[in-house]
Amino acid sequence: MGLLFSFFAVAILGVIAFVGVRSIHLHYFFGVIIPYLAFAVFIVGIAFRVLKWARVPVPFRIPTTAGQEKSFPWIKSSKIDNPFTSFGVIIRMALEVLVFRSLFRNTKMELRDGPQFTYGSTKWLWMAGLAFHWTFLVILTRHLRLFFEPVPFFVEILETLDGFFQVGAPVLYITDLIFLGAVTFLFLRRVIIPQVRYISLASDYFPLFLIGAIGTTGVLMRYFLKTDVVGIKELMMGLITFNPVIPAGIGTIFYIHLFLVSALFAYFPMSKLMHMAGVFMSPTRNLANNNRAALHANPWNYPVKAHTYEEYEEEFRDKMKSVGLPVEKE
Amino acid sequence: MYNGGKILLGLIIFISLVTAPFWLSGKQATAKPDPKIDTPEILKLPESDRQCVESKAYMKKEHMKMLNEWRDWVVRDGVTVYTSTTGKQYTMSLQNTCMKCHSNKKNFCDECHNYAAVSPYCWTCHLEPKEKGL
Amino acid sequence: MANPKPEELIRINHVPPKQAWMDTRPDFRPGMFCYASKAKSLEYVGMPNPRQWSVKDEDWHLPENWQEIFIEGLRERVDKYRSFRLFLDICVRCGACADKCHFYIGGGDPKNMPVLRAELLRSVYRKYCTTSGRIMGKIAGARELTIDVLKEIWYYAYQCTECRRCSLFCPYGIDTAEITILARELLNLLGLNIDWIAGPVANCYRTGNHLGLQPHTIKDSFDMFIDDLETITGIKVSPTFNRKGAEILVVIPSGSMFADPGTFTTMGELLLFHELGLDYTWSTFASEGGDFGFFTTNEMAKRLHSKIYAEAKRLKVKWILGGECGHMWRVWHQYHNTWFGPVDYLEEPVSPITGTRFENAKSNKTVHITEFTADLIKNGKLNLDPKRNDNLIVTYHDSCNTSRGMGLLEEPRFIINNVCNNFYEMPENTIREQTFCCGSGSGLNASENMEQRLRGGLPRANAVRHVHKKYGVNMLACICAIDRAVLPPLMDYWVPGVAVTGVHEMVGNALIMKGERKRTTNLRGEPLPGMEGEEDV
Repeated sequence: MGLLFSFFAVAILGVIAFVGVRSIHLHYFFGVIIPYLAFAVFIVGIAFRVLKWARVPVPFRIPTTAGQEKSFPWIKSSKIDNPFTSFGVIIRMALEVLVFRSLFRNTKMELRDGPQFTYGSTKWLWMAGLAFHWTFLVILTRHLRLFFEPVPFFVEILETLDGFFQVGAPVLYITDLIFLGAVTFLFLRRVIIPQVRYISLASDYFPLFLIGAIGTTGVLMRYFLKTDVVGIKELMMGLITFNPVIPAGIGTIFYIHLFLVSALFAYFPMSKLMHMAGVFMSPTRNLANNNRAALHANPWNYPVKAHTYEEYEEEFRDKMKSVGLPVEKE
Repeated sequence: MYNGGKILLGLIIFISLVTAPFWLSGKQATAKPDPKIDTPEILKLPESDRQCVESKAYMKKEHMKMLNEWRDWVVRDGVTVYTSTTGKQYTMSLQNTCMKCHSNKKNFCDECHNYAAVSPYCWTCHLEPKEKGL
Repeated sequence: MANPKPEELIRINHVPPKQAWMDTRPDFRPGMFCYASKAKSLEYVGMPNPRQWSVKDEDWHLPENWQEIFIEGLRERVDKYRSFRLFLDICVRCGACADKCHFYIGGGDPKNMPVLRAELLRSVYRKYCTTSGRIMGKIAGARELTIDVLKEIWYYAYQCTECRRCSLFCPYGIDTAEITILARELLNLLGLNIDWIAGPVANCYRTGNHLGLQPHTIKDSFDMFIDDLETITGIKVSPTFNRKGAEILVVIPSGSMFADPGTFTTMGELLLFHELGLDYTWSTFASEGGDFGFFTTNEMAKRLHSKIYAEAKRLKVKWILGGECGHMWRVWHQYHNTWFGPVDYLEEPVSPITGTRFENAKSNKTVHITEFTADLIKNGKLNLDPKRNDNLIVTYHDSCNTSRGMGLLEEPRFIINNVCNNFYEMPENTIREQTFCCGSGSGLNASENMEQRLRGGLPRANAVRHVHKKYGVNMLACICAIDRAVLPPLMDYWVPGVAVTGVHEMVGNALIMKGERKRTTNLRGEPLPGMEGEEDV
């Protein structure tokens, strides 16, 4: 159900943009108003969500320790997977965010004859996840050529590297291929692996379809349907200078692409995609395992009613005395 | 424990990055490319003949693909003549056909290519035209 | 009820059913859940809504406004625990955690995939705490909190041992233990605890320990140990209780004072402390290092452990030495300092024997006994004869809590390698930080849920079986009292021929003491290797 719902939701978004631009000629609406709104929702929404998390305290220091603790100088401790210092935490977080350290550990359980369970290393999800996120970032960065004049040097370098093989004209970007491949893989594993299909919700399929559609329209626009890049840049530069213009001659495919991107931006803050910000705030990862060496304060720590020794002795005094245990009150 | 300072710092960095185009766009932000078609070679032609191998709209979108195809046809297949949609025939040659009229690479090609940050690899094989008066 | 045979139990279907999980009601199958808490246990500690109820009954006799209580409790807790709110918000359901859970591996119930176990509560959170869930309902993964949903949350909150293995693999560090801990807090608002937790909690509040051992019983228990030790070693150890002015307060899980094989660990510790001439005391009040309150509510956990620092303060000791126990150390290591700190009435722990400062424990002043002993061995303070353990072919089971909640991996191994000659590790994806739970942690070590325990313990047992076949392993060492209680039946069922020991039992056996007589038996009264037939000495 979630799958079909999400598929049609994304399809309808595409149709809305197509009809809106092609038949009703709402160029200004789809080219200016919607992108502005979506971007505002994106920024404000993310800030709102992050601040909402930030308002909630971290009452306890609960790192998941993934290696030897720091104890004695003669026992080698795991400084990154079980960090004792802030520096260790920074490295741990960097590895987590940049190369998905935890997912790299992934194993696959199999029940074999014997009977015996095995837990072999499996890197597919890690590889696809890494490929997806990194190519997404490269593609986003490449798009900066439409937002800066002159274009920053790193964007040009990235483009040159990305088009290294100089296949066709316009030059084929390797990241485009990897990106669509990774999205396809992530989608296929979601529908093919029974367990993953079982846990999947509409909110898992929707962003996949949406991102897949964004990638597809982007590829169509660049390699097949073609559109006026110069016009698009004029539009974008108009937006960022708050001087919006709608140059004539930009193909409908561009407006569909832009509308889907806007949908993604607006959807982002209210969805699981917030894991982008959340991963930085995860208490099992971003805290040092130095609980016994440094005090971690809990703002809502409150005194509790406990059974006191006096009450205990009061109840058991005779029994204690009978076996010679010392007591406070004779 | 809240770590409010660190979170705020992170948020500010994030917002600064994604809004960078808004506040980093310099004086040239609104400058538009203006490819010139006023070379002597073009001006020599009568008004009615001032027409590229295909329509302007087509050339704007597809010239890169066309050049790519021309290269293949000439170098790999030995075909040298291009028949346009209007039936007119042209020799497929970047230097002798295209650049004959558009002799102003700086003011024609580069105008848009720089704007859209495109670096075509024409000139890794072809000789870049030497422009007079520069 | 009789347990199924191992051959039947191992036929596990890991493929989820066709029907969507939201449409599948839980099947309360005998052997797969614990009995309901008794009214008197809750009343004793003042927990809300005490009453007699039964899991199998249709009517759980909930208070009228149970939905309101649950939802208000949920809203309160997502504002108190960033972990909770964040983990409810950011899961992307990638499924990496699915086959990491021992209950899912051993049982195949899809709702035991950590992601789905969390979704049970997450769906309710979406409905009542998020805008999209309120508006979009089921399509946003949200659902009403009905009585069936509540029962389902109960059923699966008590099918998670809070072992955190899933959190190790989660790309965002989502920790199902946090979800389970808080789900249980919410259930406790409605009086929905299990007897095996609520009973020990009440005991612990009153007598200081889960088993309800009263002071004279503890003293009797130790007197028996003293006699046994004198028979075995010829040395009469003389522990003190509730003694003021001792340097160190020793706190161990009460299970090790009462039931085999934990008692042998305590006997080993008694020998060690005697040989060192340690100035220490036991407390009959702080007679429990474990904390079943931790499986109830955060507040209950703190209420039960207050006594430990209170006793340390009353007895004017310098620091606290903690025994072999798993969840005890999660609480001591990750919660104590926050609850009770700053602990400035104690001193930074220093080993009186080696002079080593325990830098990593300088703030909360608690040292783990394997840290203490490893330091002794490293400094050559112990005279050990590992040959006395030559009848043992040992493997080591890392407790979930000391491995993933602390990182105590090398200390016990260092000790084991110094007190025995035959040590073999289980396969690498089943030990250290990737260790598998015993299947009965977090208060699920009751007897009525034996099938659940055998299934949950299967991954651990299966790894033991591997080294049992390959190297002839016959002894499973551990540093956890629940392990020592639950691994023996687990081994008997899945890997007959493997016994269970605490690390300090092996230390006690290997320890050559000043003035001891020639030992012929180990602490269990079994002949030492090469001494068979000499028991009559």
